[in-house]
Amino acid sequence: MSEIADKVKKIVVEHLGVEESKVTPEASFIDDLGADSLDTVELVMAFEEAFNVEIPEDAAEKIATVKDAIDYIEKQKAA
Amino acid sequence: MLQSAGANSGRRRVVVTGMGMVGPLGLGVENVWSRLIAGESGIGRITHFDPSDLPAQVAGQVPEGPTSEGKLTLSDWVSVKDQRKMDRFIHMGLVAATEAVEDSGWKPQTEEDKCATGVMIGSGIGGLQTIYDASITVHEGRAKRLSPFFIPSALINLVSGHVSIKYGFQGPNHSVVTACATGVHAIGDAARLIMFGDADVMVAGGAEATVCPLGIAGFCSARALSTGFNETPQKASRPWDKDRDGFVMGEGAGVVVLEEYEHAKARGAKIYAEIVGYGMSGDAYHITAPAEGHYGAFRAMRSALKSAGVTPADIGYVNAHGTSTMADDLELEAVERLFGDDARNLAMSSTKSSTGHLLGAAGAIEAIFCMLAIRDNVAPPTLNLDNPSRESVIDRVAHTAQQRQINVALSNSFGFGGTNASLVVRGV
Repeated sequence: MSEIADKVKKIVVEHLGVEESKVTPEASFIDDLGADSLDTVELVMAFEEAFNVEIPEDAAEKIATVKDAIDYIEKQKAA
Repeated sequence: MLQSAGANSGRRRVVVTGMGMVGPLGLGVENVWSRLIAGESGIGRITHFDPSDLPAQVAGQVPEGPTSEGKLTLSDWVSVKDQRKMDRFIHMGLVAATEAVEDSGWKPQTEEDKCATGVMIGSGIGGLQTIYDASITVHEGRAKRLSPFFIPSALINLVSGHVSIKYGFQGPNHSVVTACATGVHAIGDAARLIMFGDADVMVAGGAEATVCPLGIAGFCSARALSTGFNETPQKASRPWDKDRDGFVMGEGAGVVVLEEYEHAKARGAKIYAEIVGYGMSGDAYHITAPAEGHYGAFRAMRSALKSAGVTPADIGYVNAHGTSTMADDLELEAVERLFGDDARNLAMSSTKSSTGHLLGAAGAIEAIFCMLAIRDNVAPPTLNLDNPSRESVIDRVAHTAQQRQINVALSNSFGFGGTNASLVVRGV
């Protein structure tokens, strides 16, 4: 797993208070990890802070799973 | 003996079937009560932050430690994930509400019962530390980094909100904000909702957590806090004593489960006491100081007695507002005026000498103390009352608790803005 993926996973575990084993790439923040809409706003902010990236509202809305987040951040960091 | 007579007749009766508390004397009603009766103090040097550059450096803080030792381990009550979404005053309210609800044994299963159960927990100030932290974020140009939980973390009615969500209570969801009178107003107003038929059960009380730099500095600036006992914290809260020099801030929460009497009886609930009287008034005088003679307090007490259908002779114990400020003697004078010759048989103490002043939670924990005073026939003591600044025929229970027959008790709470509230409770 990439360094970015590791860090994303860690942030998700910390913010949503879920078991690390549940944070699979396919896991949906809302459907599988118990997040509500405010949790996802906070998660995106935490990603922005941790990776020093900007995630605009329309992009944030499309980040539904752990993999979505990792992919988006990897793309931003590669750009 | 006393009947539900006079102004009392014909209305639905409201009893207390659950109690919860967390504060400077620790966690849990029975633990706090036994420490209070033993004459212990919950006041110490402020440890939540470094108070060195403030004139007031003492407060009543909730002791942290194992639940089994009557101390607070927050994660036993609120998940770590949820803790970040709430200011400390909400943590306090949730802890006390959880104890109270579980103590009551009330677990509504049907939709009808859930809708007949409401919540009214207030706070004097709300999420002050949260507002302080968020202000810094914005000030630093990081407004876009503000937590989405900032607003719901700071809002006063969110204790009621969280309690309703936790237990599925779908009845009236309300809150009170009347500074240091909040706790009494919340219990009194919630009782009236039950009397009026809006609910059968109400979870009511107050929560506060302002032992933070902004809270202490703010009350310091208003010259309201004790500053002369920083080296001897347990001497700092000394109601009616001639050396008193201001109140000592405390943090915590008190919550009761109020229930319509027949409802409580039908399910075989344990009943602590009945809420028989409630009175309110406004000083219309000054934003922080009561007027000479404290006629506002007098009218609130008189109104509470009238609604209870009792006379001063019936009252065995008064839990005074008694904050350890100059206003203590004004309250004393108002009580003497109301009680007349019956003042000679009265015990009145200020438990703030032990707990400090829990602001919006004070009235709630003190109402609980009144009910326990009735249950155990004990008047809790006023610590540090070495030399009263004003003599009185009223026994202010200096230093040590007293065994005495107490059937009816009165609790006073007065707040900034000139708001006064009194509650009368009676054994059942």
